[in-house]
Amino acid sequence: MKSTEKSAREPFFQIVKRDNLVWWKAWLIRAAAVISAFLVCGIVSVILTKRGFGSFYVSLFKGVFQTERRIWNLFQNISLLLCISLAVTPAFKMRFWNIGAEGQALVGALASAAIVVYFGGKVPEALLLVMMFGAAVAASVIWAVIPALFKAQWNTNETLFTLMMNYVAKSLVAYFINVWVTSGSGVLGVLKFGHFPAIGGYAYLLNIIIVAVLTVLVYMYLKKTKHGYEVSVVGESLNTARYVGINVKKVIIRTMVLTGVLCGIAGLLLVAGTSHTVATNTVGGRGFTAILVSWLAKFNPLYMILTSFMVVFLQQGAAQVATDYRLSNAFPDIIIGMFFFFIIACEFFANYSIKFRLAKKEKKA
Amino acid sequence: MEKAIAIQMKGITKRFGEVIANKDADLDVRKGEILALLGENGSGKTTLMNMLAGIYFPDEGKIYIDGKEVVIRSPRDAYNHKIGMIHQHFKLIDVYNAIDNIILGESFYFDEAANKAKIASLKKPEGNESRKEKFKRNIKLLAARLEKAGAYIKFNWLSRNRGEDIRAIADKYGFAIDLKKKIYDMSVSEKQTVEIIKVLYRGADILILDEPTAVLTPQETKRLFDVIRNMRDDGKSIIIITHKLNEVLSVSDRVAVLRKGEHIATVNTAETSETELTEMMVGKKVVLNIDRAEPKNPIDRLTVSGLSLINKENVKVLDNVSFTARAGEILGIAGVAGSGQRELLEAIAGLQPAATGKITYFKPESNEAVNLRAKTPTQIREMGVRLSFVPEDRLGMGLVGNMDIVDNMMLRSYKKGKFFFVDRKKPKSLAENIIKSLEVATPGTNIPVRRLSGGNVQKVLVGREIASSPTVLMAAYPVRGLDINSSYTIYNLLNKQKENGVAVIFVGEDLDVLIELCDRIMVICGGKITGIVDGRSATKEEIGLLMTKGRQMEQSPSTVGQRG
Amino acid sequence: MFVIFLFNAIRFSTTFMFGCTGETITEKGGNLNLGIPGIMCVGAVGGCIGESIYLKSLSDISRINPFLAVLIPILFAMLFSGALGMLYCFLTVTLRCNQNVTGLAITTFGVGFTNFFITLVDRTNFNVASKSFTKFFPIQDASNWFVKLFLSYGVMVYLAVIIAIIAAIILNKTRLGLNLKAVGENPATADAAGISVTAYKYGATGIGSAIAGLGGLFYIMDYLNGSWEYSIDAMGWLAIALVIFSIWRPNWGILGSILFGALYIAPSYLNVSFSQKELLKMIPYIVTIFVLIVSSIRNKKENQPPASLGLSYFREERY
Repeated sequence: MKSTEKSAREPFFQIVKRDNLVWWKAWLIRAAAVISAFLVCGIVSVILTKRGFGSFYVSLFKGVFQTERRIWNLFQNISLLLCISLAVTPAFKMRFWNIGAEGQALVGALASAAIVVYFGGKVPEALLLVMMFGAAVAASVIWAVIPALFKAQWNTNETLFTLMMNYVAKSLVAYFINVWVTSGSGVLGVLKFGHFPAIGGYAYLLNIIIVAVLTVLVYMYLKKTKHGYEVSVVGESLNTARYVGINVKKVIIRTMVLTGVLCGIAGLLLVAGTSHTVATNTVGGRGFTAILVSWLAKFNPLYMILTSFMVVFLQQGAAQVATDYRLSNAFPDIIIGMFFFFIIACEFFANYSIKFRLAKKEKKA
Repeated sequence: MEKAIAIQMKGITKRFGEVIANKDADLDVRKGEILALLGENGSGKTTLMNMLAGIYFPDEGKIYIDGKEVVIRSPRDAYNHKIGMIHQHFKLIDVYNAIDNIILGESFYFDEAANKAKIASLKKPEGNESRKEKFKRNIKLLAARLEKAGAYIKFNWLSRNRGEDIRAIADKYGFAIDLKKKIYDMSVSEKQTVEIIKVLYRGADILILDEPTAVLTPQETKRLFDVIRNMRDDGKSIIIITHKLNEVLSVSDRVAVLRKGEHIATVNTAETSETELTEMMVGKKVVLNIDRAEPKNPIDRLTVSGLSLINKENVKVLDNVSFTARAGEILGIAGVAGSGQRELLEAIAGLQPAATGKITYFKPESNEAVNLRAKTPTQIREMGVRLSFVPEDRLGMGLVGNMDIVDNMMLRSYKKGKFFFVDRKKPKSLAENIIKSLEVATPGTNIPVRRLSGGNVQKVLVGREIASSPTVLMAAYPVRGLDINSSYTIYNLLNKQKENGVAVIFVGEDLDVLIELCDRIMVICGGKITGIVDGRSATKEEIGLLMTKGRQMEQSPSTVGQRG
Repeated sequence: MFVIFLFNAIRFSTTFMFGCTGETITEKGGNLNLGIPGIMCVGAVGGCIGESIYLKSLSDISRINPFLAVLIPILFAMLFSGALGMLYCFLTVTLRCNQNVTGLAITTFGVGFTNFFITLVDRTNFNVASKSFTKFFPIQDASNWFVKLFLSYGVMVYLAVIIAIIAAIILNKTRLGLNLKAVGENPATADAAGISVTAYKYGATGIGSAIAGLGGLFYIMDYLNGSWEYSIDAMGWLAIALVIFSIWRPNWGILGSILFGALYIAPSYLNVSFSQKELLKMIPYIVTIFVLIVSSIRNKKENQPPASLGLSYFREERY
């Protein structure tokens, strides 16, 4: 009697944390999420454009792969997004929720632009690039370390702190542009100096090489070095870190210095390698997208190549769809937003399983 | 005169996987009595009571309240049956004051009939009313209607004098408490008081207190017992879960004894004695057949003297602790859970920098004395002290659950890698060694340790700690939750270390094991050492008394016997 | 001059005030919704869609009913932004996804959705409809400073203040608020006390998002008189800053909003260069950082973020 009463009042299913999902099943779930995301994006675009289902995908792929220039753009954009994703990854691994990469990269870009403005043409180009590098890294490190210091010392909420720092950085950029550009237009034109040399005639190649090297380095740092090991222990369990004698404060600050260095390099790539100027939207939201890229890749730099590829692919492809169908240029954001929802939600199915009570009852009986 | 039975539990069985927490347990509680539920750690007292409080649901057995069978599925059900439990870990919101915590989540009963009557009476004009009066009446009518809507969405005001009911309860039973005080400003005893008032405010007639005195000073304990007696005189039934004999004798009317999940007997307190209760609690001596060699050349390795520690909650958790651990010997530490064992080991391992006193280590090579107090674990290692520590919280402290076996091996040795890099080769071969020699059941070395079973997790942890060839090995509850075979593996490992001349410190809960395994047994109670006895001649009763007698020792410290 | 400055500051601050109140309610329930900028955008476009539908239904623009012209967009804005808030809840509460990541994805989606659909909305006659927003309050005597400062706003300004005050009262004076704050502080305790953590989180985030969406609507229909500007998400981030600045108190949020509004528009009233104007725009954020630091150093329990903010709650199955 009791058991019937019990089952009548209890929910029909329960959610159970699952511990031992085979790796291929986990990837199957993720692959299913990616595919269904693509399908839903296609359906949405059919609804919005009232054109055929297939033409969406044709446009999507054309936008990314049709011309050589587009392919270069793809890799260039991937390298920038990946660079910032690499920057946020060590901190995330440590459970330090830095959402200020946008600002950290922006001050890096600002500092390298400042070097060009003040020293461009006065010193040899190679020296100028070195100075830009130094300034960008220094500025970004300062930006990244300030919240870390307060987190280590007083446990100040780093999520909110780094978020605010983004906007301070934006205002700072706007300020300097207005100082440099006396016309009041608020737009800093293309800088003539401090460009990365084109390797073999390809302008973006150096960017791509630098980021490729950084990806390997960050991967090695996290996997193979003592620092990387300490980062994982601090992220997994503060108690264990204490138990083996890791100085947690030191690790927090050191890791954010690394974030600063990488963001500084991203800023340099933006100014010296890509846009050759600086504006408040130079980073273009990559600081935020990078968080998603890093998280989706489970903080593994090698997987991040894949996730950043998917994001940039969608961005660029959807932009082409928008052009082809004369849609607003906000169309890619919708597609990417939906894509994120699917990927985020799929983590639930990888981590939890739903058990139905009825099945359980039968087993017992 | 026999009092009426309030609650009856019959044939209650509860399993957690393989482990049987309660087996066919019976229990009855009468109205207006204080029942002590006595038993060792792990005897199933708390589990049994959690089934009354709606935390667990029994696998078998029935519960009767006032003779009627009831089903208790959730804490809410328990409240409806007027059962309230005060858990060992308080469930309070830190930033709220006492009143807010007490009324939190209280289902709000809206007096619909009264509201209807009020609306009806306001609808009718009272004779000739002026426009002003009519306006006033309509406002009131509107307010009464809103009241109903508000009640529906729990929008009712926290009235300014909402503390009055609570104050009345507190005064009735003699609780001295400032109800406006925030929880984070409160002492542990005040927090407990809030929990008790909360339960009373919800209308509980049956109160269950889980180890209520574990965290209290003797004065606070006395005050609590006065309150409990007041509640009994008011007709409430109180169940106190405890393993402290002196408390049982001083406060309870009857005692129910549990051992290994089974109900042994319920006796009237007035007709029993300490010896009889101890016997019922610990049972007959079990022969375990653990080999115990005579210590070889036991020289002093680690001396602790006058160690005291006050924790974050401002409670003195270690009080002037002094002892010596010798090489080639297993020193057992017995005591009820939370008597300061954890803090003691952590202080030695360099995790409690606030401790005062002396911790001295004697280097085996030179017999040079080294001070370990207020050193970090890294400093201790750098001084060349080979100290290993198997903490109680295996996956939360000793190991990282999400890392694989190799990475967990590295926790102790990752700094040995060349330059900037970690070396995974040596840890990997170490992991393979441990898996082989300790028969760890695992598909491989690269599996996250949290996926291993409890026994295998412990083998990995102990294996790693032994691998660094320590001179002092501390192990806290190393066999907790392990099956018999794994437990014996661990005992043998400890014995082997002892034979190799390591000073082993073993914190255990099973007295049979302590007596069979250890050369000397130190008993700790309330952060104080109440005695050090010889493992070969000690009896369970003797240790049991030392474990529970701490409070009495304060008056007569001269009885602390140090033998062996 | 000063009166006009203050008048404009208060008017401008209304956008943040909605956002701040909405986000405070959400965060009190333990959800750090970084999707608020996107949600405010969606509120704006939702309101515009509602307004457009209403205007189309009229045979002649002169027959516009000011009451409906305001009410319909408000309901649409709340519906759209509330729906996005529910999506956030579904992902973070039901599916227990990471709140930061989900919030950022919501913002990406919300901004994209808004910028996409606003181009499809027919916004003819919005300037006329906007008059229903701005001129709803009858007294428009600009000569009297009291009237100018207190009685000459559009209806939504008063609505923002009223909502903020009601939110403050609910949070501090009612059982509803007591239970909600308990959910944000310590969901396990709330759960043990018989409070449905899921229901409270959904409720708080849904209502909070709906309120925040009104901020976007206000910015377009009242402050910009019906014209469009792609800058609502910036207001959203300021609203999140305001929540910290007001240390999670909606009533302080009112004053904080006005202060932020004043700081935001001050450069236009001061005789400063372009570059200095940009520096002034930094002040709200720096002040917020300062508040964050000071409150963490002082470590006063009441001024901390809700203790379980940003964490998903999962009650392990008991048996």
